[in-house]
Amino acid sequence: MAVHTSQSVAKAAGDDVARGRSRGTGNPPPPSRLRRALSVHWYAWTMVAPVVIVIGVIIGYPLVRGIWLSLTDANERNVARSIGVNEMPATYKFVGLDNYADALTGGQFLSTLGWTLVWTVSCVAITFCLGMGLANILNRRIAGRSAYRMALILPWAIPGFVSVFAWRFLYNEERGLLNKILGGAGIDSVPWLNDPTWAKFSVIAVNVWLGIPFIMVALLGGLQSIPSEQYEAAEMDGATAWQRFRHVTLPGLRPVSTTVVLLSTIWTFNMFPVIFLLTRGGPGESTQILVTQAYKFSFEISPRDFAQSSTWGVLILVLLMLFAVVYRRVLRTQGDTW
Amino acid sequence: MRRGITATALVAALALAATACGSDDESDGGSKSSGELSGTVTWWDTSNVGTEDKVFKKIAEGFEKEHPKVDVKYVSVPFGDAQNKFKNAAQAGSGAPDVIRSEVAWTPEFADLGYLAALDGTAALKDQDDFLQQAVASTKYNGKTYAVPQVIDSMGVFYNRKLFKDAGVEPPANIDELKSVSKKIKDKTGKTGLYLRGDDSYYFLSFLYGEGGDLVDGADKTVTVDNAAGVKAFGVVKDLVDSGAAKTDATDGWENMMQSFKNGDVAMMINGPWAVADTLTGKEFSDKENLGISTVPAGSAGQGAPQGGHNLAVYAGSKNLEASYAFVDYMTSVEAQAQTAGELNLLPTRTSAYTKQQAVDSEIVQFFKPVVETAVERPWIPETGSLFAPLNTQYTNVLTGQTTPEKAAKATGDSYRKLLEGWK
Repeated sequence: MAVHTSQSVAKAAGDDVARGRSRGTGNPPPPSRLRRALSVHWYAWTMVAPVVIVIGVIIGYPLVRGIWLSLTDANERNVARSIGVNEMPATYKFVGLDNYADALTGGQFLSTLGWTLVWTVSCVAITFCLGMGLANILNRRIAGRSAYRMALILPWAIPGFVSVFAWRFLYNEERGLLNKILGGAGIDSVPWLNDPTWAKFSVIAVNVWLGIPFIMVALLGGLQSIPSEQYEAAEMDGATAWQRFRHVTLPGLRPVSTTVVLLSTIWTFNMFPVIFLLTRGGPGESTQILVTQAYKFSFEISPRDFAQSSTWGVLILVLLMLFAVVYRRVLRTQGDTW
Repeated sequence: MRRGITATALVAALALAATACGSDDESDGGSKSSGELSGTVTWWDTSNVGTEDKVFKKIAEGFEKEHPKVDVKYVSVPFGDAQNKFKNAAQAGSGAPDVIRSEVAWTPEFADLGYLAALDGTAALKDQDDFLQQAVASTKYNGKTYAVPQVIDSMGVFYNRKLFKDAGVEPPANIDELKSVSKKIKDKTGKTGLYLRGDDSYYFLSFLYGEGGDLVDGADKTVTVDNAAGVKAFGVVKDLVDSGAAKTDATDGWENMMQSFKNGDVAMMINGPWAVADTLTGKEFSDKENLGISTVPAGSAGQGAPQGGHNLAVYAGSKNLEASYAFVDYMTSVEAQAQTAGELNLLPTRTSAYTKQQAVDSEIVQFFKPVVETAVERPWIPETGSLFAPLNTQYTNVLTGQTTPEKAAKATGDSYRKLLEGWK
């Protein structure tokens, strides 16, 4: 791997150095706009340079390298490595778009994508509805309101892996609390994580539980920004509670809710820890989402398949970018300035 | 994968930084000229936490007494994570231990990837002739030796004598008896007969071998897991679970199996000597005599326990090779093996260790010794360690009813043919 590091960094850097190109083509005409901008804003450029470089190193380089790997047949056996006296050169080769063709024509990517979409849509929909309900409840003047708010934000305050492990104990078929409670009521124990259908239900439940605080807090903020005059006016006009919710609350929440839906869709689509720590994608492959499967290719199978893993990674990125673009366009046609 | 690449890049960057600052104090370790070993030896032990690890740590400390200038850094790494953790560290070129306790199937794979130092002609291979032939097999790769066997093992049926007495049954000799015994246990005591670990296909091997199947045929370069015997074996485990003779699990299999057995909720489990020390900590086995061990139930083709075990291997990038070789030699000495046989009932890999009193006194060692001698060996090819990932998925799929034995066998075979280039 080390050999390629230097290579592609040099290549990536070469693309970025626009100065060299502008110098070559821009000499006969008057000083280029870029140069003028540099001479005026040099101070600003110097200030942001560290950030740009850091971002370039930690995001740009891995991204470029990931795309490159997805066009090769790189795996654990054929990448370069040097360990003590053992010196092994890289022997992987460029295969063009073969990996993409394999992923898109084979059954595995599409079936994983199918479940990933089900997972994303159901998680976001359920979380949003419950979060909206809770936000509305907490927006009223009820006794002990701040205590409720604290309790409901708690899942957010606990580190994700801690809550997931706690859920794993609850779900344990033999000794978990949930089955003990069911057993007490005379109900047969449920194979929470050991049956494909139940496992899907279980991972969604945990993700909803983890996701509610964010949605609730965001929507609560949105609710508080709706002027109370609008409600008073609606009441004067004789609007029912449902009509007030439908025609005052929902439009008032729109700027907030479009953003939280976009964000939670992206987060849920890539929600690695819940799936990985709860079921490791199992039983079998039944709860594997795209990111956990990509991780599996790269870290769990042997020999590790870097090429396939990168291919899936690039496809995930493309899917999410497409989603964001389409989502924005839909909102714009509906008159949102977002 | 973006996450993965970022992580790799970060690890690589950290590795560079770490090797740059850390090289001075360790590079002169293990100098040959003075004749005295010095420096640090980091050892990753993968034995069971809470029982086995204590004993191994104590033995490792003995090496420090013998070589006062050597500092042994003992690290306990959970068995399930060790293979990946070692690969990550080895590939990054930093963070890998000097010595790793490598499962037999990992050894040829690590050697093939260039992560291990060849041990031929080093202090680690002093008395090769004393080692059992089956144990040595997994340490050879491409004509060189890459590890020294530390323990050897196989599998048997662990049973709860008290529950067996209550139900009036004897240990089952074959699958049919296993089913009838389980039924009697259920009728008489209300407990489940067998706990069949569902998340690790290593526990499937004795059923596969019992039907005359195998994962692959190394001599013929043929994939055999999807032949008739393989399909039958998948059918056997499915039937055990469907008929209620066995309980299974797709997550936390080890924990659930051990807890259920230790609490007396199940009467039998299939397991190996590595589980003995842990089992004896259970409330049901405060009287050691309550633990019975018998051979794995035979399938239609006979008894087929798999041979496993652990080797000690030296990382090729170790900064302290001489001390590491000596450490491996020390940890696999007759005395060390006799001690683990006595305290943990683990099976030595050296012939002479079996003559030591501790090994002679251990009933479990004596029970497993003939089992190991007839156990089924895997072909020690670099891919041996890679055969389990696809098998795990299909094995779980069969047990959770997501697929049929036929489809599972075929899917496993297909992925093996993809993995093993040019095999039939």
